[in-house]
Amino acid sequence: MTQLKEVDIAVIGAGPAGLSAALACGKSGATTLLIDFMDAPGGQLIKQTHKFFGSERQFAGTRGIQIPSIFINQLSQMPNVQLVLGVNASGYYADSGVLTLEDGGKFIKVKAKRVIIATGAGEKALAFENNDLPGVYGAGAVQTLMNVYGVTPGNRVLMVGSGNIGLIVSYQLIQAHVQVVSLVEAAGRIGGYLVHAAKLRRAGVPILTSHTIVRAIGEETVRGAVVAQVDQSWQAVPGSEREVACDVICLAVGLTPLVDMMWQAGCEMKYVPALGGHVPVRDENMRASNPAVYVAGDAGGVEEASSAMISGEIAGISAAVSLGFRAQDADARLALLKSDLAAIRSAPAGEKIRAGIMSATACGGER
Amino acid sequence: MADDDIIICRCEDITLRQIRELIAQGYHTIDEIKRVSRAGMGPCQGRTCRQLIARELAGALGVPIEQVEMPTFRPPSRPVLLSTIARGEADE
Repeated sequence: MTQLKEVDIAVIGAGPAGLSAALACGKSGATTLLIDFMDAPGGQLIKQTHKFFGSERQFAGTRGIQIPSIFINQLSQMPNVQLVLGVNASGYYADSGVLTLEDGGKFIKVKAKRVIIATGAGEKALAFENNDLPGVYGAGAVQTLMNVYGVTPGNRVLMVGSGNIGLIVSYQLIQAHVQVVSLVEAAGRIGGYLVHAAKLRRAGVPILTSHTIVRAIGEETVRGAVVAQVDQSWQAVPGSEREVACDVICLAVGLTPLVDMMWQAGCEMKYVPALGGHVPVRDENMRASNPAVYVAGDAGGVEEASSAMISGEIAGISAAVSLGFRAQDADARLALLKSDLAAIRSAPAGEKIRAGIMSATACGGER
Repeated sequence: MADDDIIICRCEDITLRQIRELIAQGYHTIDEIKRVSRAGMGPCQGRTCRQLIARELAGALGVPIEQVEMPTFRPPSRPVLLSTIARGEADE
């Protein structure tokens, strides 16, 4: 007869939030299972070749790609933490707390007293003519090709979207000697940090605000695009269309939290545009309305890796404390983490995020 | 606009025109559109098309996007081979 594996805490996703959550759980003494469907841990960190900003506690000055091994080195010394890679967490059954995992064609059931959902975010799509033509990429795919596999996607790129991902990937393309012919942004102003946009302008990349892509041109693959100015209701202004020659169209039009398992868990969800879409309503310790479920990182609202590591640790400490596993410095550490998170969000650019987090946070939650 | 050249569900090859025709026929939720067209039933399980369909519904029905009912989420959240299910649970 098969034995149902039981753990105190299961962490779904081994990106920045999940790694940080699992480390906190491990330090508390709780038995912890960290699961990721990729064969290497790190999530989006594995393509973040740039050095992090912020404070030393969030690895300022360290390149994103170096961070996973820092966590893994610590986790591998914890006998109460198990890391499983290449395993897909495919279902969560809230009535029993059972997770179903798929490992190379085998089905595994795990019963977890607490689940921390750190599944990250997925890229949003855009509807335009010929958007299925080969050569149309998501920015995440371009970043994976270049920074993980060392492959350039093409020679001339039209970038769509001026958030930090669009800006950073554009700059990385230029560093890889790929020409970025233009960057279009439907909003009236640049979405990401001006320090990144300025680098592109210095490199001669035209940034067209209030512009969008209307159609991709090409038969077998992309050989150009038609872009147009948009009015305040996002409609193309007639007569403003013009053709841009390119062989890659890179879409960086935002991310949306991957929250399937929280819907499955029956968590109360809320649509918060500033956080990228539907997110679970949570308390300040990252506990969802289903008290067995915690959320960490971009799955709770799209921000970036530094805040993901902090919210992951908050979720990890809180989930462990809720089961009676209290590391010696748990309360002091939670207070510090919450102030770090507030500091990261305190920049003027964090105003929308702050409002979004306020909207998604239920008050009076108990730990 | 050539809305038959705009792909909304790339897994199942469903175009914007098909989605608009279904909405015009009275299919007014993501789940209804999914059941008649398979939009959202491919390998990505709706990650790409769900929000695009929601936006289309919101526009057609004249409601804000948060009022568009989300589909029911059931396990498995990613495609699983039938052979995996048939084999049952792995032995310890």
